[in-house]
Amino acid sequence: MRLRPLRTLVALAAACAVVAVPAAEPAFAQNPRVDGAKKEGKVVWYTSLALLSAEKVAKLFEAAYPGVKVEVHRTGSQRILQRVMQELQAGIKIVDVIHTSDAGHFVLLKEKKLLAAYTPAGVERFPAGFKDRDGFHYGLRATVNVIAYNTKVVPAAEAPKTWTDLLDPRWKGKLVTAHPGYSGVTATHVLALVHLLGWDYFKQLAQNRPMIVQSAADPPGVVASGERPVAANGGDYTFYQVKKKGNPVEIVYPREGVPLVVSPTAITVFAPHPSAARLFTDFTFSREVQQVLADSEGLYTGHPDVKYPADKPRLGDLKLLMTDPEELEKRNEEIKGRFVEFFGA
Amino acid sequence: MTARAAARLATLDRSLPVWLLAALILVVLMVLPLGWLAWLSVAGERGPTLAHYARVFGDVPLRRAVWNTIVLAFWSGAASVAVGAPLAWLTARTDLPWARALRALTLASFVTPPFLGAFAWVMLAGPNAGLLNRTWRGLTGGEAPLVNIFTMPGLIFVVALYTFPYVYVIIANTLELVASDLEEAGAILGAGRLTVALTITLPLVAPAIASGFVLSVLQALALFGSPAILALPAGFHTITTQIWSFFQYPPKVEMAAAFSMPLLVATALLLWLQRRVLGRRGYAAVGGRGGQRRRIALGAWRYPALAGCLLVMTCSVFLPYGVLAKAAFARAWAQPLTWDNLTLANWTFTFLEYSSTRDAIVNTMELAVLTATAGAVLAALLAYVTNRRLVRGSQALGFLAVAPVVVPGVVFAVALFIAYTRPPLVLYGTLAILFVAYLTKEMPVGYAQSDATFKAIQPDLEEAGRILGAGRLRVLREITAPLARGGIIAAWCFVFIGVIRELSASIILFTPNTKVMSVVMFDLKEEGQFGAIAVLGLFMLAMTLATVAFVQRVAGRDVLGARE
Repeated sequence: MRLRPLRTLVALAAACAVVAVPAAEPAFAQNPRVDGAKKEGKVVWYTSLALLSAEKVAKLFEAAYPGVKVEVHRTGSQRILQRVMQELQAGIKIVDVIHTSDAGHFVLLKEKKLLAAYTPAGVERFPAGFKDRDGFHYGLRATVNVIAYNTKVVPAAEAPKTWTDLLDPRWKGKLVTAHPGYSGVTATHVLALVHLLGWDYFKQLAQNRPMIVQSAADPPGVVASGERPVAANGGDYTFYQVKKKGNPVEIVYPREGVPLVVSPTAITVFAPHPSAARLFTDFTFSREVQQVLADSEGLYTGHPDVKYPADKPRLGDLKLLMTDPEELEKRNEEIKGRFVEFFGA
Repeated sequence: MTARAAARLATLDRSLPVWLLAALILVVLMVLPLGWLAWLSVAGERGPTLAHYARVFGDVPLRRAVWNTIVLAFWSGAASVAVGAPLAWLTARTDLPWARALRALTLASFVTPPFLGAFAWVMLAGPNAGLLNRTWRGLTGGEAPLVNIFTMPGLIFVVALYTFPYVYVIIANTLELVASDLEEAGAILGAGRLTVALTITLPLVAPAIASGFVLSVLQALALFGSPAILALPAGFHTITTQIWSFFQYPPKVEMAAAFSMPLLVATALLLWLQRRVLGRRGYAAVGGRGGQRRRIALGAWRYPALAGCLLVMTCSVFLPYGVLAKAAFARAWAQPLTWDNLTLANWTFTFLEYSSTRDAIVNTMELAVLTATAGAVLAALLAYVTNRRLVRGSQALGFLAVAPVVVPGVVFAVALFIAYTRPPLVLYGTLAILFVAYLTKEMPVGYAQSDATFKAIQPDLEEAGRILGAGRLRVLREITAPLARGGIIAAWCFVFIGVIRELSASIILFTPNTKVMSVVMFDLKEEGQFGAIAVLGLFMLAMTLATVAFVQRVAGRDVLGARE
């Protein structure tokens, strides 16, 4: 027992050392932008990437570019937008890089001329769905919404296989859902399923009285603890991480299709640390970091050279439900409003 | 004679600017933000309008939130009295064993932020994974949970657990002042212990019970964290959570302003009612300084009573901190704490990797110490002025100091947000706006404490000092201040604790650079990071207790006001 914490520390240190090596190279190249970033000293990152993953990316960057700190402010996509707008209203300009899972936000931010055009190195080869045609924002990572269940409580044979299976009254009081008023992953999910099944689907789902949590990263914990045995949505990457930690969680990719969530990132037009912001953005799109996102975090990415773990389905093998960012932006109020109307909060 | 009057005027002149400044601060803190709030609630594109009120109160879910708040506040108040009053009587007036320990535990419950308690109770009494429910199922083999914390009764239970100390403090302090003569007379005339308690002691402390009830109702009305953690997952809102969600993008600040008004009116009404009810009767026995206080022998009831008190402490302190400690060291909080499940990862993550931790701790400590110091000094000055009637209209000053009681934290935060996100004074985004919010919010507590302190210091000594030729400021420094020291330090502690556990105003006023611990913990809660919250919660408790213990040691006084 006494060894355990020690081992964790050693493992942590080792992990940091290993990942730091390949990424450390650019730091040695005497490039003016690196010097500029060092002069700025830090980059402020508003991100909806799950906290542990976000802090990991930040630590990788700090190891690769000593002297440039990443200030991680992690919260839900909708909260990030709220923060950015509230701060701007008061004339506060803090944020350098915005990264949320609600592609609609970037339509809005671009329209309001709050984004700086910047094309990260290497994204030419990314698929079209990851790129803004005007060059303001690019998809850093992708996930799909899935169903997941606790294998200790629900036998595999009885687990829900489709979105409509969740409407069965036997799941009453046994479901958990994340909130589109907090999470961009969930807002995207709701829009995709409204297209597939109509609002009536959510009206019926509410009859099963799911527990309502905020972040799409929360249902995995709720399911793992057994507080609710089945998650009605949530990004597959967080379920994957919880499962990899040895929790009794199994992921179901419903055959009607899974809502694809591509999460864009952009630099603000008023960024107080522009060089660091560009350096950091390039870094996050590098093959090394994108590979880390795929490996340890269980995310999908747009990088063509990234290899995925053997126990994750290929994106190409899944039936993907696509959403239009412009529509997501336009129907933002409707999505939140009707969800609250049906679920009560 | 005229020479003396002139001398008095001269010394007054020297101190007058101080009082004027204090008055100015109070007016600006309250009048400006609340004026903006009222204005925005009726501001339309073309002149004043009632449209926001119509929208807010025409909406069925919003009306439901109002009703939920009423239910929550009333029953939390009732439950707090039901727990706090007997506990106060038992520890103050009977021979209950461990009275001192129980007082310390009540303090522990008092310093626990309600949202932290609510979070701990999610782990204890979540219907499926909650540890109590698991144990219950293990024992009975049944399917149904023992308690489901995600319900209105569950919410009331948790709120009352962290509100009863308010009732306790008020009643315990009153009981310390009530002389035993009347009770003894009753006993001599042949009344039993219970009869004495019910027919003599109870009526004597009735005003204190009423005050305690009103105070805990006000607390419950203003709470944000507990409903956010327990009501939202169950699909219902209270006024505070609803006001907070009006800030989602696109923000509906006008609606938040309009929806704040019922909370403001309800609070004002309650306080007015309390004054009316209490003002009508005189309770000569209370407030007297003489008289003997003897402890009542509980006899056979000693140990059952102790068991009852310990049950309360189990629910408010032992179980919650036990489960937090478990979660802090566990990989999976819901699993048994086996060797495999044991880890320090939550601690290394919180203190080494999570980049918000350090700033939040520094901000919280800075704000708590600054607010407590400024608050204690300001409250002491005001209480001194009002008690010695040093300036004309000093009673009005006292009223201004307690006026913020009617403004719940969320409402005040909305008001501050509106007032200070626009020129000429943009405070939003700085620690200053949090400082202003905390100072105003805690001023009534600090003032009440200081007021009691100065009431207890007779002016004789001060007058003796003046006669011997000392100036007012010198008397203040050399006579009054040493006498008032203990009371002022207690006020400091109250404000300090109040700031540490503040969430409802902070959640609206924070920006990334001004995060405080409560906000960081709420952020973590929304993402389900149980381990990190547990670590921060334990750290917060240790930090608070250490500070309070240190200050108490320096002051040589028990903060909850009980005399040994």
